[in-house]
Amino acid sequence: MKAPNILNSQFLTETGSISRFTARFFRELFKRRQEWEEFLRQCYWVGYKSLPLVAITAFIMGLVMTIQSRPTLVEFGAEALLPAMVSVSLIREISPVITALICAGKIGSGMGAELGSMKVTEQIDAMDVSGTNPFKYLIVTRVLATTLMLPVLSSLSNAVSLYGAYLGVNIRGQVSWHLYWTQVFDALSFGDVVPAIIKTFFFGFAIGIIGCYMGYNSKKGTEGVGRSANSAVVVASLLVFILDLIAVQITDLLGLT
Amino acid sequence: MSAKPVIEVENLCKSFGNNHVLQNFSMELNEGENLVILGKSGSGKSVLIKCIINLIQADSGKIKVLGEEITSLNQEELDRLRARVGFLFQSNALYDSMTVRENLEFPLRRHWDKKQREKGAEVAVMNALTDVGLAHTVDMMPAELSGGMRKRVALARTLILQPAIILYDEPTTGLDPITAREINELILKVQKKYNTSAVIISHDMNCISTTSNKVIMLINGTCYAKDTYANLLKSDDPVIREYFH
Repeated sequence: MKAPNILNSQFLTETGSISRFTARFFRELFKRRQEWEEFLRQCYWVGYKSLPLVAITAFIMGLVMTIQSRPTLVEFGAEALLPAMVSVSLIREISPVITALICAGKIGSGMGAELGSMKVTEQIDAMDVSGTNPFKYLIVTRVLATTLMLPVLSSLSNAVSLYGAYLGVNIRGQVSWHLYWTQVFDALSFGDVVPAIIKTFFFGFAIGIIGCYMGYNSKKGTEGVGRSANSAVVVASLLVFILDLIAVQITDLLGLT
Repeated sequence: MSAKPVIEVENLCKSFGNNHVLQNFSMELNEGENLVILGKSGSGKSVLIKCIINLIQADSGKIKVLGEEITSLNQEELDRLRARVGFLFQSNALYDSMTVRENLEFPLRRHWDKKQREKGAEVAVMNALTDVGLAHTVDMMPAELSGGMRKRVALARTLILQPAIILYDEPTTGLDPITAREINELILKVQKKYNTSAVIISHDMNCISTTSNKVIMLINGTCYAKDTYANLLKSDDPVIREYFH
């Protein structure tokens, strides 16, 4: 039986295409004539407009995680470790990944749909004809904004989720505000916080690149726009998990775990 | 004295896979002339004008616009040349997240410096909108405009840099006959006021009869016939008669 020719598969074609798109991003990034105004507008949309959603999710995440973890710790007589355990889990893993997934859903799909719609209605061509480099104006600004805003959102998410965890701890227990934060900061170290923040830059970059790639290469009219938005979310979410896995391996190798 | 050519296309070829859209196509547009390209849907009319402005790169052939070989220009030179060539898209291509004012100001941000924009952008926007009879829509969003109004705003956007050439991609498609007639009149008004030359892609006979000085019939990627509308109307050729009767 003839083996399937993996080199012809759509997966590899698409991966190559995304790689070329990413390479073009870096080429255009260092070209002169920066689009600062559009970049700031994108930071506002990506950062400020995502704040409420990220904050609410983070708060619920912290609260639920604490409530769910308590029975197990009680069983082992380790209830006092609850703030420490929850804070390490939230800061190292859950908060950055959940924030990235929320952003992949909200920002990735938004970019996919917006750019896809601009593509099929010839707005990107119109930009090109008017002498504006559409890649620089639309893609570089969006990817840069997502890359820089995700760590900010993730840091906010960390703070809010820890506050949610504080309320969770106090639903069935009695831990003072001061004691709670002392336990949290005692449990956290450089190796917990910094790698977690650094990986969110990569999450943001992946979400921006995939969202923009899907939208910028949208085809087949309105059906294509829907497909772009959908693919942007699916691929970006998958990439977040893959990058997270790589980040964990690297921090492990560096002895930061 | 013969008029100066502003667009010269020589042996242009463009294929998409096995679909040979343009095959050794040649044409010439002279200064002050309105040239209509007529052909069936999918015959390569839009591809042709996109090649002229280098939105689509030709496989081979020569394209000279305002004396410059467009395929050999770098990005900076191409942008400078594009400021002198307006393009009216079939779908209008108005930026739907921007107001009419912002849509019109958008081309200026690249071709005018900050001082020029602060001094003259407002006047330029209002002049262009007044020319198309839509000064009152300046703060509206494209979604609030009718199809005909959007077409006019798109035309105002192409006029703002006062181009020497305008490329119209099916300017009257999808419009009711009255609005289509208004657009045709506008094309003539613009030509008179700004002394533009134009390539008009159309299969609307009213548009062709009103606006054209010369008509090219594009069939199977080649120039099948080139003449005035009046002469083509009198032709005995069955293929031409199919279009004109």
